[in-house]
Amino acid sequence: MFLINCPYCGERDQQEFKAGGEAHIERPKQPTELSDDEWAEYLFMRKNIKGVQFERWNHAHGCRKWFNMVRDTSNDEIKAIYKMGEKPPSQ
Amino acid sequence: MTKNLRVKSSKYIDETNRISFKFNGKTYRGFKGDTLASALLANDVHLVGRSFKYHRPRGIMTSGSEEPNAIVQINPGTNRTEPNVRATEVEIYEGLEASSQNCWPSVEFDIGGINNFLSPFFPAGFYYKTFMWPASFWEKYEFFIRHSAGLGKSPTSSDPDIYDHQNVHCDVLVVGAGMAGILAAKNASKNNFKTLLVDEKNELGGSTIFENNEFNKIDNKSPSEWLKKEIEELKGIKNLEIKTRTSVAAYHQYNYLLARENLTDHLEAKYKTNKIRQRLLKIRAKKVILATGALERPLIFNNNDRPGIMLSSAIKKYSEFYGVACGSKNVFFTNNDSAYESALSLYDKGINVEAVIDIREQSESKIVKKVKEAGIKIYWSHSIVDTAGYKRLNSVSIMKLSNDGTSVTGSKISISCDCLGVAGGWTPAVHLYTQSGNKLKFDEEKKIFLPKQNTFDQISVGSCGGDFKIDEIINNLNQMLKDTLNINKTNLDNIKVEIDQENSKRNIWLLPSDKPLGKTKPFVDYQNDATAKDIKLALREGFRSIEHVKRYTTTGMGTDQGKLGNMHALGIIADTAGVKMGELGTTTFRPPYTPLTFGTIVGRNVGKFFDIFRRTPMNDWHVENKAEFENVGQWKRAWYYPINGETMHQAVQRESKAARESVGILDASTLGKIDIQGSDASEFLNRVYTNAWSKLAIGKCRYGLMLNEDGMVYDDGVTTRLGENHYIMTTTTGGAANVLGKLEDYLQTEWPELDVYLTSVTDHYATVSLCGPNSKKIIKKIIPDLDLSDENFPHMSFKKANIGNIHCRIMRISFTGEHSYEINVQASYGKDLWEKCMDAGKEFNITPYGTETMHLLRAEKGFIIVGQDTDGTMTPIDLQMNWIVSKKKYDFIGKRSLYRSDTMREDRKQLVGLLTDDPNIVLEEGAQIVSELDQSPIEMLGHVTSSYFSPNLNKSIALAVVRGGKDMMGKKLFVPMENKNINVTVANPVFYDEKNERLNA
Repeated sequence: MFLINCPYCGERDQQEFKAGGEAHIERPKQPTELSDDEWAEYLFMRKNIKGVQFERWNHAHGCRKWFNMVRDTSNDEIKAIYKMGEKPPSQ
Repeated sequence: MTKNLRVKSSKYIDETNRISFKFNGKTYRGFKGDTLASALLANDVHLVGRSFKYHRPRGIMTSGSEEPNAIVQINPGTNRTEPNVRATEVEIYEGLEASSQNCWPSVEFDIGGINNFLSPFFPAGFYYKTFMWPASFWEKYEFFIRHSAGLGKSPTSSDPDIYDHQNVHCDVLVVGAGMAGILAAKNASKNNFKTLLVDEKNELGGSTIFENNEFNKIDNKSPSEWLKKEIEELKGIKNLEIKTRTSVAAYHQYNYLLARENLTDHLEAKYKTNKIRQRLLKIRAKKVILATGALERPLIFNNNDRPGIMLSSAIKKYSEFYGVACGSKNVFFTNNDSAYESALSLYDKGINVEAVIDIREQSESKIVKKVKEAGIKIYWSHSIVDTAGYKRLNSVSIMKLSNDGTSVTGSKISISCDCLGVAGGWTPAVHLYTQSGNKLKFDEEKKIFLPKQNTFDQISVGSCGGDFKIDEIINNLNQMLKDTLNINKTNLDNIKVEIDQENSKRNIWLLPSDKPLGKTKPFVDYQNDATAKDIKLALREGFRSIEHVKRYTTTGMGTDQGKLGNMHALGIIADTAGVKMGELGTTTFRPPYTPLTFGTIVGRNVGKFFDIFRRTPMNDWHVENKAEFENVGQWKRAWYYPINGETMHQAVQRESKAARESVGILDASTLGKIDIQGSDASEFLNRVYTNAWSKLAIGKCRYGLMLNEDGMVYDDGVTTRLGENHYIMTTTTGGAANVLGKLEDYLQTEWPELDVYLTSVTDHYATVSLCGPNSKKIIKKIIPDLDLSDENFPHMSFKKANIGNIHCRIMRISFTGEHSYEINVQASYGKDLWEKCMDAGKEFNITPYGTETMHLLRAEKGFIIVGQDTDGTMTPIDLQMNWIVSKKKYDFIGKRSLYRSDTMREDRKQLVGLLTDDPNIVLEEGAQIVSELDQSPIEMLGHVTSSYFSPNLNKSIALAVVRGGKDMMGKKLFVPMENKNINVTVANPVFYDEKNERLNA
């Protein structure tokens, strides 16, 4: 059970949070301009890395804010947490 | 008259407090402080159970939570009964009853014992190999296998006890209150760390408090005396909390641990009532100090499982701690010096020790010399090749061990005995360490797995960290405490320690016998009856992974999880396969360390708190009026209101007719309601719904369909524009929370520039829906001054009004196709409003209807229910709802996906109506639809999603999804059922009032 440092509320138990998949996949601004393949790339393709992964998390049973997390999926070490819109830390 | 083997008074046993208890129906006596095991041993009872597979008689093997054999049923036949409890952990109390498990008719005479003689026919994998064929016979086999298997009986009535959960936060958690744990807790708490010390036993001190090796000294005192003083000094340290009878079950990441605190199990029944029995502690610790100690290993030799064969350390504990001699003629069998301490403990109390059999060639330690001087015969380089005695050990046979340890030579000597203490060295209890996610390393010299590393927030101290000698323990502990707590000095800096000489050890995983392995029974896992032979068989049959060998032989899969024998299993695999143990690795130690009761796991979430339901403000009325309820999401919704013993079908037919012919009333409070405000609210709705919202006038309502980004229908509902920048959105009952979450996600991450605020107001409003031609007359009665003309208040519009002093929002919207209103009031007025409508509607025979009638009425109109007629693979085009998809809008969620090659296929499943040729046959929802009956394999075109008998049309109607269905109007299809094929015709899904004339009726 992770201890997650919500950037708005501080350290809270994992059960207050919801995982939201891979981070930094921006919704295309002009979807109609995209080919089927380009749209499919956005819509379906997700990484599943054993190692350092950038993820979206939501403090669903708390402030309900979304934020980003850098997590090593091999040992669940949380390496960084930062707000939406902030730059990801360099690896 | 049973024998009394009490040999010494012990400060841990209160001999003035006699306790009587029953075991297998017979009354025995013990003292306060005894465990069930120590009290039985004091009465010379060793035979307590039967093994799982061969039903061999088994006795008490250990003195702690690692016990594989002595598992009993506590208080059988009562509502407090509990199976699979270790007799070594049960503290006796007046009136305790316990019985053996896995035996019938009794532990003394067990029919299943025949398996022991048939054992050549029950090798590893027997069940997998034998009950494979023929496959259809499995059900018959299963019946017998299940009846002959099983450990203990679960209670048949509900648990009378209370269980609790508690969150605990501390700076330092110390697990295990042996010497290392006590010293760690003391130093942490004295340095201002908020410290929690837990131990599974009821006494602090671990094995050191009954340590009897006179050659070990701390500050010139015996270690036990020294430690007792340290324990005394723990009292009154602020910052230190001590919890005994508390077993850590699980160690998760980020130092989150679950522990079970046992509060009343050791008390008489009369003290258990209305008390919390067990408490699950959810501990979040900044640092964890593991001081879980080590478990003594048995030795693996032929027939090493007879009652009377015990761990040497257990014999010492029973003698020193409980004052009980486990036998009157004792023999020890060892590969290290530990057994000599146990032998001396008995010898010092005048108990007969016949011999010590040592597989080593010699040992020079002082304790061994002392045993020699006592005149106890030591057989060096000897091994036990067999034992005798069915229900109690009566002799052991020994032979000289060859130099390489693989065979025995010379003549066989038989030694008569009734108790054998076995000492195979020590295994650090690293279970919790590995649960935390950390890795182990193998120490080739000590033949033990050790924690690979300490981390900044976790250390392993004492013997669980691989330190067995007192000087090593204290020195390493001292350094680790300073490092991890960042402190300069401890009370361990100036301690003087003397220890007995170096312990030598000779490790042989599987000891040889004069008979070939196939003719012997060297048990590795006592509880599951896995022998060394089974493990070797698994290797011969090609199993290599340790995890596979475990599952094939069931080694380590009992309730004890193989705490005693797993190391030997690994050793035998490594030796046989010729690999190093470090490379082989271990099986995974999974939580819980010792079994937990279900009560502890669920805590207070039992009965009505097990799964919490949401109820509407009108719920009491529905209950009083005998509604049947259905679960929708977390809600309890009125399903139908049977009167005069009506069936569901009868009630729904009546309600449906009433709603179309006069007026029906529905509790719609459960619909999700989201208040949307902000200067970009209209633009936001444009982006989340498929249709256009900018031009919706204030005071008007519009139906919206929401898609996922993949183009599939996600939710639907009516949204009303309350003001320039103010909307109220309704969602499906089950989808409310997810829709809010999705909208928030887009606002926070994709469109943070939009000025929009969302508030869930589902619980804040109660909603009454009035439906039918007389609905208008009821509104007129309760709000006389509201102009209800179609000009002032047309379909799909909204008015604010007052009912008396109560403000309400009224929407003229319809999910049934009838002239309908939805009245929203503050939730607390919901029941008043409902009753007011019922009163006003009396003259029109107003009929309350539930969700089933609502579903029927909307199906007559062909309106979809998201989640019933859609399943996450339906686009609005598939639903033939093209009219709601804006072509003008540049973008909305899911728009691009509607133009993917896959979503544009003509042969996708599309929503259609279905009419049965026989109007009285009602199709089953989920039934498959085909066009040809004589094909093989038959091609499935789709399935029925909604199906009802329509009382208003007097025929059966159905909605279905059918491949290419939109071009099949009028086509004949078939619904093949078990006994018949039903002929159906594809129809327009709008069955009733196709021109929507009734909306203004």
